[in-house]
Amino acid sequence: MNTLLEWLLPYTFSPGTVAFFVLAAGWYARGVRRLRAEGRAPSGWRQLSFWLGLLLCYAVLHTRFDYFGQYMFFMHRIQHLVLHHVGAFLIALANPLPAFRSGAPQRFTPDHPLVRALRPLALILQQPAVAALLFVGLVFFWLIPEIHFEAMLSHNRYMLMNWSMFLDGVLFWLLILDPRPPKQTEHMPGHGVRFAMLWATAFPQIILGAWITLGPAELYDVYSVCGRAWPMSPHTDQVLGGVFTWIPPGMMTVLASLLVLRMALRDSEAGSSATAQRRT
Amino acid sequence: MMTRFLASLVVSMLILAGCEQQPEWNGRDISGLMPPLEFGLTGEDGDPITEEAFADQVVALFFGYTHCPDVCPPTLSRLAQAIQQLPEEKRDDVQVLFVSVDPERDTPEHLKEYTDYFGDQITGVTGEIPQLRKLAKRYRTTFSHGQPDEDGNYTVSHGQAVYIFDRSGKVRLMARDEMSVDELASDLERLADS
Repeated sequence: MNTLLEWLLPYTFSPGTVAFFVLAAGWYARGVRRLRAEGRAPSGWRQLSFWLGLLLCYAVLHTRFDYFGQYMFFMHRIQHLVLHHVGAFLIALANPLPAFRSGAPQRFTPDHPLVRALRPLALILQQPAVAALLFVGLVFFWLIPEIHFEAMLSHNRYMLMNWSMFLDGVLFWLLILDPRPPKQTEHMPGHGVRFAMLWATAFPQIILGAWITLGPAELYDVYSVCGRAWPMSPHTDQVLGGVFTWIPPGMMTVLASLLVLRMALRDSEAGSSATAQRRT
Repeated sequence: MMTRFLASLVVSMLILAGCEQQPEWNGRDISGLMPPLEFGLTGEDGDPITEEAFADQVVALFFGYTHCPDVCPPTLSRLAQAIQQLPEEKRDDVQVLFVSVDPERDTPEHLKEYTDYFGDQITGVTGEIPQLRKLAKRYRTTFSHGQPDEDGNYTVSHGQAVYIFDRSGKVRLMARDEMSVDELASDLERLADS
């Protein structure tokens, strides 16, 4: 029992993290309930995807996992894999925005000053080039050895690093996996653009992962300086960390490409059958 | 035209940077990255000790244990040699805080014997495991104990960093392995003078 508790409790307690996840879970659950009452509840698998994604992100940020993420390079890479490529992907795959809109407090109308203040920022971040650059740029930025060293020493920078990866991951995948046909709103990238975004971000990351795996020894010496969670040679740690930067994100890109392809086919079928109907 | 403009921009930036910057430290500057010195542990005399015992002194903090075969002895001896290089009146302004993360074997008496061997300005401290965990976490490091062999000997893995605090207790530098005794002494003297 004691050990179970040890695994579940955070290494560093963060009230902000608790508040964020409680709010996200609460708003989503309430939104689903309201949508169900209106007869447009999200499907079971979409709900499952949301909860699984949220749970995974919470687990790597606010349980014992975070301790290993701080003192093992490859565990840190798994943490970012979950935050940026897996948990964020599952959350976005759930298409959670309708539920959030419905579940958030009623005062957050489109005219609320906070919503209005955030809109221009959201529009900039949704530009395909900006979103893609940010998505792969953040991976590179936090892996610059000097930057990485200081992020692992300073609690504030460490939090900034993890949260920027998580939030950016959700934003990027929301754009890629948006199930609405692209022409419905002006700001949505088309399927071809999404395909390009996926591969433009995947290739640099694949090269970075391969470089860490096969490249110079002891790129990230902070884990030797500060001590590892358990004895492991710096070389093994770096190779494993490199592989987790290299392979699984590439696989997520392949998966996302298939989903985008499926959406494109579905829309073109819907389009051609609509044309066919008009003809008859 | 554009190249000339860029070139003059770069040159002027270099000049500005040169004017503003203090000479580089030999160690890694980590000012502001970590909280100030603060701890509650047990001293070499077996009594409680806090950071107040080192008020107005430059402190070099280091985690280790006395049975350490490789990292601790050379680090402590380099710090001791660096302090010996300071002018005599400044030596007592610099203190090395050796935090043993092996309280099982490192009793206060044993710690005292060990640190006295290296020099007068080296103080050993230790404590209960939760106290030590708290301090390690504060400075973003960790330690773990290996499995004992047949004779009951075990190794302890710990960080290699030496954290250096200025007289006001603020964190300033991280000493690196490859720093020479001279480089270490020069950084310590600069901090003691400021």
